[in-house]
Amino acid sequence: MTTMAIISEKETTAADVQSRKHTISLLVENKFGAFNRIAGLFSAKGYNIDSLTVGPTEDDSVSRMTIVTRGDDGVIEQIIKQLNKLIDTLKVTDLTYESFVERDLALIKVQTTAETRPEIMQIVEIFRAKIIDISPKTATIEAVGSQQKIDAIIKMLKPFVIKEMARTGRVALKREFQGEVD
Amino acid sequence: MAQQKEIPPTLPAKLMTGAEIFVRSLIEEGVEIVFGYPGGAVIGIYDALHDISDIKHILTRHEQGAVHAAEGYAKASGKPGVALVTSGPGATNTVTGIADAYMDSVPIVVFTGQVALKLIGNDAFQEADIVGITRPITKHNYLVRDVRELASTIKEAFYVATTGRPGPVLVDLPKDVMASKTHFDYPKKVSMRSYNPHVEGHMKQLEKAAALIAKSKRPVLYVGGGAILSNASDDLKSFARKTRIPVTTTLHGLGSYPENDELSMGMLGMHGTWYSNTAVHYCDLLIAVGARFDDRVTGNTEAFAAEAKKIHIDIDPTAISKNVKVDVPIVGDVKKVLQKLSQMVEPLDTTDWLQTIKQWKAEHPLRYRNGKLIRMQYVIQKIGEITKGDAVIISDVGQHQMWAAQFFKYIHPRTHITSGGLGTMGFSLPAAMGASFARKDFPIISVSGDGGIQMNIQEMATCVEYKVPVKIFILNNGYLGMVRQWQELFWRKRYSHVAMYSPDFVKLADAYGCPGYRAVNTDEVEDVILKALAVKDGPVIVEFKVVPEDNVYPMIPAGQTWNEIIDVPDEERSAVNGEEIESEELITLTKG
Repeated sequence: MTTMAIISEKETTAADVQSRKHTISLLVENKFGAFNRIAGLFSAKGYNIDSLTVGPTEDDSVSRMTIVTRGDDGVIEQIIKQLNKLIDTLKVTDLTYESFVERDLALIKVQTTAETRPEIMQIVEIFRAKIIDISPKTATIEAVGSQQKIDAIIKMLKPFVIKEMARTGRVALKREFQGEVD
Repeated sequence: MAQQKEIPPTLPAKLMTGAEIFVRSLIEEGVEIVFGYPGGAVIGIYDALHDISDIKHILTRHEQGAVHAAEGYAKASGKPGVALVTSGPGATNTVTGIADAYMDSVPIVVFTGQVALKLIGNDAFQEADIVGITRPITKHNYLVRDVRELASTIKEAFYVATTGRPGPVLVDLPKDVMASKTHFDYPKKVSMRSYNPHVEGHMKQLEKAAALIAKSKRPVLYVGGGAILSNASDDLKSFARKTRIPVTTTLHGLGSYPENDELSMGMLGMHGTWYSNTAVHYCDLLIAVGARFDDRVTGNTEAFAAEAKKIHIDIDPTAISKNVKVDVPIVGDVKKVLQKLSQMVEPLDTTDWLQTIKQWKAEHPLRYRNGKLIRMQYVIQKIGEITKGDAVIISDVGQHQMWAAQFFKYIHPRTHITSGGLGTMGFSLPAAMGASFARKDFPIISVSGDGGIQMNIQEMATCVEYKVPVKIFILNNGYLGMVRQWQELFWRKRYSHVAMYSPDFVKLADAYGCPGYRAVNTDEVEDVILKALAVKDGPVIVEFKVVPEDNVYPMIPAGQTWNEIIDVPDEERSAVNGEEIESEELITLTKG
């Protein structure tokens, strides 16, 4: 299975504010159609997806998906049960209540001029991002970090006019030590 | 299922084609009957089937008929039903049946032909992405891409369809895969690391449930199709009788508990008995057993048994707390859980509660006025009286379906078969055909309206060809009766497109080559039922011309609460073209 991702930016409604964002990590059999089953489940049941990423794991026969979704406790409970019910699902973990590491990657192509370039480079440095492609009128920036960090750099770059952007969505793993280390 | 049969000597011992492996795998699975329809993409499979005597193939007249027949066979026998169809239109014609099986948890395996692998995606002749189309309506589905995976995929398909919460599984078979060759080795066991249904109830939860039961004064058992799927009728009986808890069932639960037993309250829900709905409304403990709190049962979920603590036994974790929050969920197989729970509870003193229910039964029985013109209620009641409950009733969808649920006392499990979840009109005839291959001890009675019967009437030819002894009772009121009832009650009697012309069903029987009878007056009903039951060597059609405008009561309008329940009106009327007919005798019926 190739790496895939879904990210949607939606208006937040009052109901969304009450409902919490959850990061769900699941391991599925790396089989034909497994991705479609999961994406299809979310659309058929009307669940929200903020982002969904899929990629290979250390085991060729298994793929890991990271889904960022939102809903009240009842909805999240159903999502987890429904994901577990799919025949190809091996393991579902709601990382929300655990300590986990997460990364999101964005490629951001910004409009530049001789005047704005230094300021853009400064922003890139502050965020420990990189310029990976440059032309007289644009710079493409690679930013890696938590979703909030990516959101922040995007906000900072917006005034310079973002011409194009690609974002992976969140990938996450549970931390090995959940707080205590002896 | 896994019973071994001798390998037919006509098959080659070494390399086999996919088609031969397919046939051999079905034999290994113990499949006795396949409902199917050949076509270009499965012509190789049909060639391999040609000389096989272990598997009976029934050529239906439409692929939808094949899937409903497989469902009827599965529901009547408890064994998986099998359908085999070709690619493209053959495959898309199975969709309604598959969706029906998914909603009602029916274990069936549907095999579809597919164009050759290299043509997939090319808009080839008779190509359809049936795996994509059926993904949301199957428990699981497969596209077999390599002949070496064929046998293990078939094994898995039957395993998934029949275990856990059962359901339909589809296996798509590309033409070239079925023509390529490999060694045949049918796996003895299935091991799927991603699928291990949980069948034993958690002890902690069972203890909590037992504690709630011990404290309750007014408990009710609310039993669904899960009790029948897990063959738990006997366990349910001993549990209810030990604890003295009254029982109400859903449409699919009918037959799980004998309705001639004093603890039975018949069906609950939108058209359930007045007393079962009332008991659920006033109970202090509701024990849901293999039921899913469907909206036709609960109405407004907020007000459904609002005062009661709730225990929910179900093998499907997603069924729990989906519609209604429960206090004690128990994930597990109904049979195993009831057996354990039975040992953990003491008999309750429910004398007062049962006395109250008895009084409700006396005050609010199911009832109708019987006159010269035939009431559907009367036909169903007569079938029940004549057969004494020793019959399999396969109903269609609509008013007659509700009366078939109300006015027949179901005593045995798997004697009531219907399309409950999806509500598929046209289900009854093909499903009854399938059921009659599963059960020879009881008469198989298909009950349809004039609308539904015409949706799969083509299966008449199949019934005649294979001498299927199914009694086809058509309750003809000249309307799509349930829609008309709603239009009468909620849409100011604007009868928009519900009156319907039908052919002369007796002549139609003759044209198909089977006996046909008709009753137009109440006093002819018993006679034609007896005549139909006497026909043993093939199908028989009986048309009952019934009162055109008649309503199903009691009724809790959709989404409403017990407070809005409409009992059978005292001035219980039935009108013909708006004119009141003379009603004579008041007939009542009480479940339990």
